[in-house]
Amino acid sequence: MASTETTLKEQKTDDLAGLEAGLDALDSVQIRRTPVGEVLVKKVLPPVVAVVLVLVVWQLLVSFKVTDEYKLPAPSAVWDSLTVMWREGTLFSVLWTSVSRALYGFVLALAIGTPLGLLVSRVKFVRAAIGPILAGLQSLPSVAWVAPAVLWLGLNDSMMYAVILLGAVPSIANGLVAGVDQVPPLFLRAGQTLGATGVKGAWYIVMPAALPGYLAGLKQGWAFSWRSLMAAEIIASSPDLGLGLGQLLENGRNNIDMAGIFLAIILILLVGIAIDLLIFSPLERAVLRRRGLLARG
Amino acid sequence: MATTATLAKAEDRAAVTHAARIEHVSKSFGGPAGGQLVLDDISLDVAPGEFVTLLGASGCGKSTLLNLVAGLDRPSAGSIETPGGRPALMFQEHALFPWLTAGKNIELALRLRGVPKAERRDEAERLLTLVRLGGSYDKRVHELSGGMRQRVALARALAQDSDLLLMDEPFAALDAITRDVLHDELTRIWRETKLSVLFVTHNVREAVRLAERVVLLSSRPGRIAHEWTIDIPQPRRIEDSAVAELSLEITEHLRGEIRRHGQH
Repeated sequence: MASTETTLKEQKTDDLAGLEAGLDALDSVQIRRTPVGEVLVKKVLPPVVAVVLVLVVWQLLVSFKVTDEYKLPAPSAVWDSLTVMWREGTLFSVLWTSVSRALYGFVLALAIGTPLGLLVSRVKFVRAAIGPILAGLQSLPSVAWVAPAVLWLGLNDSMMYAVILLGAVPSIANGLVAGVDQVPPLFLRAGQTLGATGVKGAWYIVMPAALPGYLAGLKQGWAFSWRSLMAAEIIASSPDLGLGLGQLLENGRNNIDMAGIFLAIILILLVGIAIDLLIFSPLERAVLRRRGLLARG
Repeated sequence: MATTATLAKAEDRAAVTHAARIEHVSKSFGGPAGGQLVLDDISLDVAPGEFVTLLGASGCGKSTLLNLVAGLDRPSAGSIETPGGRPALMFQEHALFPWLTAGKNIELALRLRGVPKAERRDEAERLLTLVRLGGSYDKRVHELSGGMRQRVALARALAQDSDLLLMDEPFAALDAITRDVLHDELTRIWRETKLSVLFVTHNVREAVRLAERVVLLSSRPGRIAHEWTIDIPQPRRIEDSAVAELSLEITEHLRGEIRRHGQH
């Protein structure tokens, strides 16, 4: 009886591979690629509908003459302003003046905010000393920095960069701090048992684990860069500074050209959205998807 | 199929070489004076190639003891030796890094151990095949089922090439069918690799199914209450009558330990 039991057991052990393969197949997560048509309907169609609706309501308000035309220009008037800029060839130079400033300022903010965030998250004394200030700076509108920046640095590009940095560095640093704080302790313990301690632990475990928080900080840092720059450009306009989107808006105000103002606002909005959609969102989504942190569908 | 239940004598084992030696270890939390005593004078040897399970109700400090052996924490008193170097540790949660694929998780362990780059890929594939997950090298953690994740975690622990594998309720979160299969897997791999295993669980049947020796800890503070040497031949099954019989006996002891706490 003992021998039959043993053979039965051995047979069962041989079956183990097959049993396990079956379990794996049953339990595995099924990954489904979303077809292009579904993406169009679910992701592209809704915002297009929203924009069209806004345009229709806008046009209706103008057609029924709800208010004076200098207060609310027709969509076509804004379009005309755009084509004029296009024909004069100023459209791209205006866009580029602002976008290049904002991106350059953002890269500077990245270079300063990243080590600063690491320092705050890893060194207790630094965190206690400047952590709360850094968090508080995020709620200070960067427009407040324009006046001192002009007095310190004069009406030039460095003043613009100073305002961008003061707006974006706290966001980037705070994002990194939040990312590091949210690293699950289990990962740290697992890393420790594998021998990832000290610098190795920071490099192989903490940094990659903190990446999603860091990216969220970068995204917000970009939004703050762009906002800060627009505040600086609107307030501190000078012929020496070159024509950016902020100055375009300010010129519209001086000329009581509501179509020009609307155009500037729309362009400022579009650039902010475009940079986010083209650079930061894809980056963030790629990282989250690889980790299975993105809801499907 | 005789089952001997003996109180092991520490003196008898002292002469034998060991994979882990825990001597008079105590641990209290919340400061040396007036702190809460979690472990009280634990002495335990794990012989090379031995499979020991630590069994106890909640509050017996079994996970604390495992952390001490793993070197994640220091004992308040006593000493712990692991001559084979830093032990490998497996948790109840898989603890795989989600930014790496299954294969790269294993390669990270190899890299931190100092295995040259050229050999890592082959070694990772070999370990995946050992846990029957050949072909899953490029799988992301979230694409794997719970049982598969624990097998990758086991492969990663094996990648440390330690003589001693510590397991902290590694199958507690799995469904019964998967757990049963992983018991078979673990027994197979333990016999193939000749590792020493110190396995923590609160599941009596699991303890008896897997171990050569079961150590029962009492709760608050954790003390060694009883030991059983199990010589039911492997491969065992959790349904085996001998496993059930001994489980019943151990469960009675465990209940006795728990009951003591209700009498104050």
